[in-house]
Amino acid sequence: MPNPLAEASQSPTEELKRSSAADVLAGGVPGEVSAVRGYLLSRGNSAGSDRFFAGAMLLCALAIFALVALIAVELMTQSRLSWHAFGLSFFYKFNVDPITHLPLFWDPVNGVFYALPFIYGTLVTSLVALCIAVPLAIGLAVFLTEMCPLWMRAPLSFFTELLAAIPSVVYGLWAIFILVPLLREHVNPVLIAIFTEPTLTHLLGWTGLFGDNGLFGGVNLGLGLLCGGVILAIMILPIIASLTREVMRSVPNSQREAALALGATRWEMIRMAVLRNARIGIVGSVILGLGRALGETMAVAMVIGNSPEIHLSLLSMGHSMASVIANEFSEATSDMHRSALIEVGLALFLVTIVVNAFARILVWAVTRGAPARVQ
Amino acid sequence: MSRNRGRNLRSLWRSGVDHLATGLAILATVLVVAPLIAIFFYLVYKGASSLNWAFFTQIPKPEGEVGGGMANAIVGSAVVLFVASLFGIPIGIGGGIYLAEFGRGTKLANAVRFTADVLNGVPSIVMGIAAFSLIVVPMHHYSALAGGVALGIMMIPTVTRTTEEMLLMVPHSVREAALGLGVPNWRSVLSITLKTASPGVITGCMLAFARVAGETAPLLFTALGNQFWSVSLNHEISALPLQIYNYAISPYDDQHRQAWAGSLVLIALIVIAVSLVRFVTSRGTLKGAS
Repeated sequence: MPNPLAEASQSPTEELKRSSAADVLAGGVPGEVSAVRGYLLSRGNSAGSDRFFAGAMLLCALAIFALVALIAVELMTQSRLSWHAFGLSFFYKFNVDPITHLPLFWDPVNGVFYALPFIYGTLVTSLVALCIAVPLAIGLAVFLTEMCPLWMRAPLSFFTELLAAIPSVVYGLWAIFILVPLLREHVNPVLIAIFTEPTLTHLLGWTGLFGDNGLFGGVNLGLGLLCGGVILAIMILPIIASLTREVMRSVPNSQREAALALGATRWEMIRMAVLRNARIGIVGSVILGLGRALGETMAVAMVIGNSPEIHLSLLSMGHSMASVIANEFSEATSDMHRSALIEVGLALFLVTIVVNAFARILVWAVTRGAPARVQ
Repeated sequence: MSRNRGRNLRSLWRSGVDHLATGLAILATVLVVAPLIAIFFYLVYKGASSLNWAFFTQIPKPEGEVGGGMANAIVGSAVVLFVASLFGIPIGIGGGIYLAEFGRGTKLANAVRFTADVLNGVPSIVMGIAAFSLIVVPMHHYSALAGGVALGIMMIPTVTRTTEEMLLMVPHSVREAALGLGVPNWRSVLSITLKTASPGVITGCMLAFARVAGETAPLLFTALGNQFWSVSLNHEISALPLQIYNYAISPYDDQHRQAWAGSLVLIALIVIAVSLVRFVTSRGTLKGAS
């Protein structure tokens, strides 16, 4: 008898099932307790174990909620001390050194804790990183999705994904021994020469970016905000590039074909059909890269110079929110010091949550198959 | 006539812009690939030239002395990662099963998914603080356990999301066949659906593993590091990334040499662990089913 149920069944009850299936096929009476039902009832039912299993899985899912909540609560309770002492002024105030009359932000020995230089350092390094990484990542994504010969596509994209697998501390090691000397000897002198050039300084001095007190004034050590920004750029490139590629791939081919059919060159097609339709997703991937850059710790801590000061010059030493925690937490001198560091961590936590949530929503809105808008 | 010339000029301009854009895209690709090649080149060149037998068999020498190795750090990394996997993978897979099998389409599932993404974006250093205040503060000392838990929490979102995606790819007919044979639901989920999706789920676990294996920041003030042998969960323990960090910022040349060697070993171990597990699990599972 060609009965799929009977063929699939390998249990000793094969005989039983075959006959009952035949009964059903022959139009068994629904009210009566059939042989199958009787057998199943005699075996007991799995409702209890099923409910237990579903509950256990639900518990695992809720554990994710609980962990995030627990992290937030712990950060808040542990930073209460510094919150009560400084309040919101923690994030914008500073003292003035009585002797040198320079601003004084962070002095654990004398109990001065203001987080402004860390916020500044985090913002500047992330901004430098985005300025370098975004054009390169979009260029790479355009090349990989639209221009690249097919045989090159797989190895190139594998190679860029490989970048994401390198640990942050290895990037830091590379930055200390290769990138810092490179910047100090070859890149920074050029930038300094451009930005302190007398004619340019005279013409554009009003921007405040040129001259000895400008963007590239001061001592050229190689370490500093610029170096932190460059290593961050290398680290966030693969993230931005791979997400941008994904977004570009989700642009329907009909859009490309339409542009080409109207006589557009390849670049015009990319500009009108691909970049235009993918722009929201690209912004989302850039923000996701920003979220990564804001929280990146080790590589930045190794090259940023670790000094809690604010200078306009990108060559000057700085400190980022993550790097100050990494450097000082295990050697915190007082409860207030530790509490202040945790408050910096709490701020970092909240900022990255907001940034990431915003980016996820943008990327999600594009890649979930929303029809491309025709302008 | 003049209209024609204008048209020619215009098409010349357009094709010029087209070529320029192509050139810029190629330039960007080269600029991205160049530092990558530089990193890999230096890693292999400096790392391989500094590797020796002592590196794998000895514990660190006191500061400033030449020689010694990272044997304790390699073992310490294994211990911490074992704890992390033990903590992170079951919860992660459980969450993924819930999202794909039980909570499909519900508001709660969406919220969990979003929370997992949020957890994925939490900076690793913040995870270190969380583990510090959750475990180190109540226990009053640094421990391998705290480091493992910090890394375990970081593994959860990746494992959850990949498990969910892989389970969703399992065709419905497979589930229906199992349930139609009278298999209890929990059994069907574990030995039919999860088993069918297991290559993908394991890949997700390995991705999460590879990601946390190189993390330094969460270990800085949880596992702390140790110059001596230790495999106890209750004590400070060394880990490869921690040791690389400490040696990289030290003033001694011999420690710099060992930092390069450590980086090479760390990346090699990650790659070997990932490919080994993939090799073992790619045989003997249902290949055509997923």
